[in-house]
Amino acid sequence: MAELLKLTVAEAVAKIGAGEIAREEYSEAWREAAAGDELNAYLWRGEDGAGKGGGSLAGIPVAVKDLFCTEGVETTAGSRILEGHRPLYTATAVRRLAEAGAGVLGKTNMDEFAMGSSNENSAYGPVRNPWDPERVPGGSSGGSAAAVGGGLAPCAIGTDTGGSIRQPAALCGIVGLKPTYGAISRYGMIAFASSLDQCGPLTRDVTDAALLLGAMQGRDPCDSTSVGIEGGVRAPSQESLQGLRFAVPAELAHDAIEPGVRTVFDETLARIEALGGEIAEVPLPHAEHGISAYYVIAPAEASSNLARYDGVRYGKRSGGEGDLIEMYETTRSEGFGEEVKRRIMLGTYALSSGYYEAYYGQAQKVRTKIAADYAAAFAQFDFVVTPTSPSVAFRLGEKTDDPLAMYMNDFFTVPMSLAGIPAISIPAGLAEPEGGGPRLPVGFQIAAPAFAEQRLLEAAYALEQSLGFEARPGGDGGG
Amino acid sequence: MIEKEQVLHVAKLARLQLSDEEVEKMVGELSGILEHVDLISQLELDGVEPTSHVVALENVLRADEPRPSWPREAVLEQAPDPADGAFGVPSPQAE
Repeated sequence: MAELLKLTVAEAVAKIGAGEIAREEYSEAWREAAAGDELNAYLWRGEDGAGKGGGSLAGIPVAVKDLFCTEGVETTAGSRILEGHRPLYTATAVRRLAEAGAGVLGKTNMDEFAMGSSNENSAYGPVRNPWDPERVPGGSSGGSAAAVGGGLAPCAIGTDTGGSIRQPAALCGIVGLKPTYGAISRYGMIAFASSLDQCGPLTRDVTDAALLLGAMQGRDPCDSTSVGIEGGVRAPSQESLQGLRFAVPAELAHDAIEPGVRTVFDETLARIEALGGEIAEVPLPHAEHGISAYYVIAPAEASSNLARYDGVRYGKRSGGEGDLIEMYETTRSEGFGEEVKRRIMLGTYALSSGYYEAYYGQAQKVRTKIAADYAAAFAQFDFVVTPTSPSVAFRLGEKTDDPLAMYMNDFFTVPMSLAGIPAISIPAGLAEPEGGGPRLPVGFQIAAPAFAEQRLLEAAYALEQSLGFEARPGGDGGG
Repeated sequence: MIEKEQVLHVAKLARLQLSDEEVEKMVGELSGILEHVDLISQLELDGVEPTSHVVALENVLRADEPRPSWPREAVLEQAPDPADGAFGVPSPQAE
């Protein structure tokens, strides 16, 4: 059984297809692995992980972030306000996986309504990092990342609004891909910030990420902002980076990055050069304002999206002894956690009369400038690269009292979200955390122009093959 | 940066009831966040078009085909207070 769990998704699909392993045996092995969850990665575990029918993911159990609606299966978005909520329909991304033959292994824990970078904002308790249970897995797709990194799922899907796939993937030593905005339908994905939210895969390797992306991408009549990826997605096979130009933001030299993370980043740049890639600096002067713009735009959209939780049509109702307004206020005050309230307050303030132009209007202009910086960079370069996160996984509770320090975890991932472009995080090595301790995974982020997912996957694959990152939690296997 | 009265006003707009302790905390935390966010107010961005959406899409159309909506019973099963085939709520006016 242990051998089955070592297979990548692509390998398992091939073996199941060839009849070398039985579909039920494979999914049963993963059900057992998931049942041993000591990381609080799962909120719900299913019985039909084997899926049905043929397809590119036939027989593959997938861990699904609890932000995706699943018909008849409790979907909470990590919030008390949706406790017991059983959606009437299944999200398009999950439906597409099922159509490709995959099954739902379970629903994974997450920061409430995807708001957080540590998974400590879940109403159902924090998720623990498989590399060190005293540390966070990152967030908001922390359960999905910990499940894959901790050997509790062969692959997972999550959502990324400002880094919520890439950052936890980096902190758990796995691959995380945020596709171009519009690549995958958002239908049935509980909304946080609608102009930024995007679904994507969290996997062991780049090939598996391509496999899941290929199954999920596409236009969906239920999401008019979905367009899909023209030509689809193929398994990457490129081995060289010859002739490809990689830009490093010039501002990176001054950014606050943990020394160990910077070392792995520099070593990875050297690796790119060894593979024939060119590295040069490019100014991205507005990227540093990404956090400011993001923490206006995302809370503003969230304050509007979360207005629907009022205790009337579904979800939890509290109060009701007084009038209607009293019921609304009691429901929302008891149903939402601290961070969600903070962001609703921030967003409502930024959109309120007299402040709209100064905050929301200005942030949207910064967004234009950030997108323009990337467009200028991509006129000369194929990719922009950065560390995924300024630090390795930090300790539980370390940043919970300082919201701004927590927001800074998203420093390198937010600009791509604002520009709507695809970015992937791949594990690039291990580094000692600041203050010492066992070495932890470091993610390397590669961003590409909109809808250039295939080129992005090819480059990430070439780099991955050369890096040969095989370290797993519990053993300091190099990297 | 942000005063207690503003926090209370915004909470009312957002239909949130905050305890005295929460209000106190919110004043400090929101002020800290807004101080950082305010860095962008110093940028010279006159004449820059705001971006509300990154993918250039206009007038996305679909076939106008009738399809059944959700069965009423299934929808009401999720409701906190299904009443007479509708969503029950407390009276809008306190008695």
